Amino acid sequence: MLENRKWVIIGIFCLVGLTYLTRLFYLQVLDDTYSLGASKNSIKRVVEIPYRGQIYDRNNQLIVYNTPVYDLYVTPKQVRIPDTSAFCRMMNISVSDFDSIMGLASNYSRVKPSLFLRQLSKEDFARIQDALVDYRGFEPVISSMRTYPAHTLSNALGYVSEISKKQLDSQDILYYRQGDYIGHNGLEEQYEEQLRGRRGVKFMMQNVHGVNKGSWKNGAYDTLAVAGQNLITGIDVDVQKYADSLMQNKVGAVLAVEPATGEILVSVSAPTYDPNLLSSRFFSKNYRALLRNPYKPLINRPVMSSYRPGSTFKLIQALIAQQQGSLLPTTVYGHAGSPMRCHCRGGNNLRGAVQNSCNPYFYFVFRKFLYFNGEHNTFKASAIGLKQWHDMAEKFGIGSKLGVDLPSEKKGNLPTPEYYDKAYGGTLRWKFSNVYSLSIGEGELLISPLKLVNLAATIANRGWFITPHYIKGFGKSGAGLPAEYLERHETGIDYKYYLPVIDGMRGAVAHGTVTPLANIAGIDLCGKTGTSQNNKFGHKFDHSIFIGFAPMNNPKIAVAVFVENAGWGGKAAASVAALVAERYLKRKTEAKKLEEQVLASNYMPPISGLPGYKKPVPVSPRKDTAQHKPAPAPKPLMTDTKAKPVVAAFIRGN
Amino acid sequence: MARNNDPFSQNIDWLTLLLYFGCVAMGWLNVYAAVYSPEDHTSLFDMSTNAGKQMMWIGTTVILIICILVVNHTFFDTFAFVFYGFMILVLILVLFAGTNINGSRSWFKFGSVSIQPAEFAKVATALALAKYLDVPGTNLTKQKDLMYIGGIIVLPCLLILASNETGSTLVFASFTIMLYREGLPSWIPAVGITAAALFVLALIFPKLYIFIGIGALLGLVILLMPRYNRTVANLLAIGLVGIVMIGYVTGVDFFVNNVLQKHQRNRIKVLVDPKIDPLGVGWNVTQAKIAIGSGRLQGKGFLEGTQTKFDFVPEQSTDFIFCTIGEEHGFIGGLVVIALFIGLVSRIVILAEKQRTKFARVYGYCVAGIIFFHVMVNIGMTIGLMPVIGIPLPFFSYGGSSLWSFSILLFIFLKLDSRRTALTRR
Repeated sequence: MLENRKWVIIGIFCLVGLTYLTRLFYLQVLDDTYSLGASKNSIKRVVEIPYRGQIYDRNNQLIVYNTPVYDLYVTPKQVRIPDTSAFCRMMNISVSDFDSIMGLASNYSRVKPSLFLRQLSKEDFARIQDALVDYRGFEPVISSMRTYPAHTLSNALGYVSEISKKQLDSQDILYYRQGDYIGHNGLEEQYEEQLRGRRGVKFMMQNVHGVNKGSWKNGAYDTLAVAGQNLITGIDVDVQKYADSLMQNKVGAVLAVEPATGEILVSVSAPTYDPNLLSSRFFSKNYRALLRNPYKPLINRPVMSSYRPGSTFKLIQALIAQQQGSLLPTTVYGHAGSPMRCHCRGGNNLRGAVQNSCNPYFYFVFRKFLYFNGEHNTFKASAIGLKQWHDMAEKFGIGSKLGVDLPSEKKGNLPTPEYYDKAYGGTLRWKFSNVYSLSIGEGELLISPLKLVNLAATIANRGWFITPHYIKGFGKSGAGLPAEYLERHETGIDYKYYLPVIDGMRGAVAHGTVTPLANIAGIDLCGKTGTSQNNKFGHKFDHSIFIGFAPMNNPKIAVAVFVENAGWGGKAAASVAALVAERYLKRKTEAKKLEEQVLASNYMPPISGLPGYKKPVPVSPRKDTAQHKPAPAPKPLMTDTKAKPVVAAFIRGN
Repeated sequence: MARNNDPFSQNIDWLTLLLYFGCVAMGWLNVYAAVYSPEDHTSLFDMSTNAGKQMMWIGTTVILIICILVVNHTFFDTFAFVFYGFMILVLILVLFAGTNINGSRSWFKFGSVSIQPAEFAKVATALALAKYLDVPGTNLTKQKDLMYIGGIIVLPCLLILASNETGSTLVFASFTIMLYREGLPSWIPAVGITAAALFVLALIFPKLYIFIGIGALLGLVILLMPRYNRTVANLLAIGLVGIVMIGYVTGVDFFVNNVLQKHQRNRIKVLVDPKIDPLGVGWNVTQAKIAIGSGRLQGKGFLEGTQTKFDFVPEQSTDFIFCTIGEEHGFIGGLVVIALFIGLVSRIVILAEKQRTKFARVYGYCVAGIIFFHVMVNIGMTIGLMPVIGIPLPFFSYGGSSLWSFSILLFIFLKLDSRRTALTRR
């Protein structure tokens, strides 16, 4: 009887064995959460961020490179700080900053490192390095920071900073993680993918204390980091810096292009600031200050500002009217019958009209253009003519995005018949007499400096242009120029029609609307002045515009200059353009007198004259003064550029 | 008789011997794998590591085995009580003169070698029990015999408990298997199992639910009872059982929350819910399961485990050695090990049943029970079916005391068994 109990016992043995095997089968074969858990806790993904590509100018001068800096990470659980206030003094932060950073870090994780301070320079790090030994839980990680040795081109380059929440959420391919750096605005954003390279991932085995124990599976799943490509731009840094200095105490833009290639040589947005300001760990402070500055230095004026082109637009009028057949080089118009005032004596042919910028002449040219279609009803004729006008002018890249390699280009406006239909509440309710201000580049036209420099380049090429662009290529070989920047865009205007216009432009500089000093010997500058009406905000002065190219035959450089509130285009803008062209062509400046004059001139509008300005409200001492304080920034800028008061430190060369 | 004293011509049960050496060899390789460091390519024989030391322990064990096989079989029978008495003395001694390792004062330290007498107490107790039951006329249904047996088991238990070695104390519960075979009334293990089940239930569910469950169960029993059995006495008895169960559950609740020390309570609670605190109390269990689970069907391969090698699993060469097997050899490795052990204990039971003397039979069942209990608890805790109780996996875990004691335990039985076959042949 009792012997049979052995079967019960063996039965229990087998039952337990089977139960365990079932459990094992479940754990090991059916349920993979544990196997995932294993890779999570013993295999660590180490991300290697490659160096971002550097940026060079056309002569291989460095514009942007990377400086090694240190990011300081903190692991809250390990932190031992005997004296917090001494620590904060050393770190140069306030105790409340310290508390908030530590609070954030602790919230994220007590045991994982979080960022404590970003981008400590080598000098700062050297200062705290020894002291850091006494404070546990802080770990420096080497990183890099964009540095701008040329201190110029800030808006065109953009800046590199932490990725925003919005960008993080809207990426198509998940590449960026929280805290990653990304290029914002300018070339940094445009060529982000090439500049950043590709980060590498290494899988490291770690023991329970997080100590590395070699690579996992001998690196079979690792990917190597690919360094970012260097970007070669068409910028000529020497000329760029010179143009910067010419634009000091002015608001506006200077753009220069090599007509044959469309490469942008100079791109000044004034007032400018030192790009290094947006690359330090004081990024947010500096950014806020720039944002609040009433002169809006963060606007990249060459591509983002839209102005009425003023008389510079007469060039297009002259070209398309000739092509249409409504204008001959020999056509002469007087002043009589035109509602427009003019400062010339009248009776010009085309060449003379361009040279003297005769308003009535182009009034008549435009009228003939609109009515040059056999339609007797002036309303209908105007609509047909304007359509034709629009289509021909559009070929110059006006009214749409040209396609420059910056993310912030604005379209501008080239009015269509539909535009006026809408404005006047129906078709055939407007005619030439309503839109004639277009004839001299006023009215509803809106054009960016970029489009005008393109116009200058087109005329310099006598009929075609290549979309202006900053990039020249990637890496040493300079390959990788996008195909669109090799394509020639024809304007549909015959070569011969350019010649009288160019004659007129040369005449304008030599003995026309341009100030005599700007006719610098030996560069053969051709150009057209413009004075963009600017009474919208009750400003006293119009914007000064000049576009041109040099030399007359076989042009090497096309320039467009805008100086806001500087009045007559023949002086402020033309002088800057002439000096820039001379510096580029001769690599030196011989027109010392002109240079002196330009450097001395100051066209900064008073702050009270700026749009959006509010009169400071006198505050009673009880109220919180901080809210009502007017932006303290710009006063010193205008008076003395050498003195460096607090805010002037980051606004340079304006 | 001279022939039987020659260890090399003994009638050893070769199957058991094979299973034994299989276990020892696998154990050794896994101890090596557990301490292996891919950086310095430790040698299997490096004496500074656990694997090297284990090699030494295996060597000395072989000597011990030869000694056991050489001595006369009557030696164990005759001196059973002497061993037992000696062991009790040692257990008392260790309480005062022992070295404190990991909070339990249960080790004797000789130079770099530590010996844990509790491991050997099992062997002595098994011999004493066999000796006691060998006397003709003992009957496990008799109260007097039960009391003596209970005394023999409880005495070393108390001493080991006093040295704070709860795990080794629980091992003495394994004698129930032998006692059951020897005629212990079935209700005693039944009550034991019910008590254990109620204990676990009391941890998982609120008391009230269990009370309702007990009530419903007993009500069902009464309902299914033949009408003529529903006497007042029987109903009272059932009521009494119910009250005892309810009292027990309440007691367990009180015991767990108020009597047990914090780490003991946590070990039990983690069994019920390992997610309580994966980085604190649940660490051992979670990491053990992660290690085993990551082995999948075939394992990561010998020396390729990441979890055990990099110290994620605590005690991986001693109590958690099964994790290394599970991680590096996968389900197949686990299957082999479990099959090996079940085969071993079943073989011992079958051999025990064949014994001519009651002494040998009782002892055999003790051996099977002890080994089985260790295996069940040890593997059970690594796969989350048992609370974390620090007892080694026989023959696998690193440690001299454990390997020696299990080998002695097993080979005394094999010696006794060889005598049986020798007699048969004659």
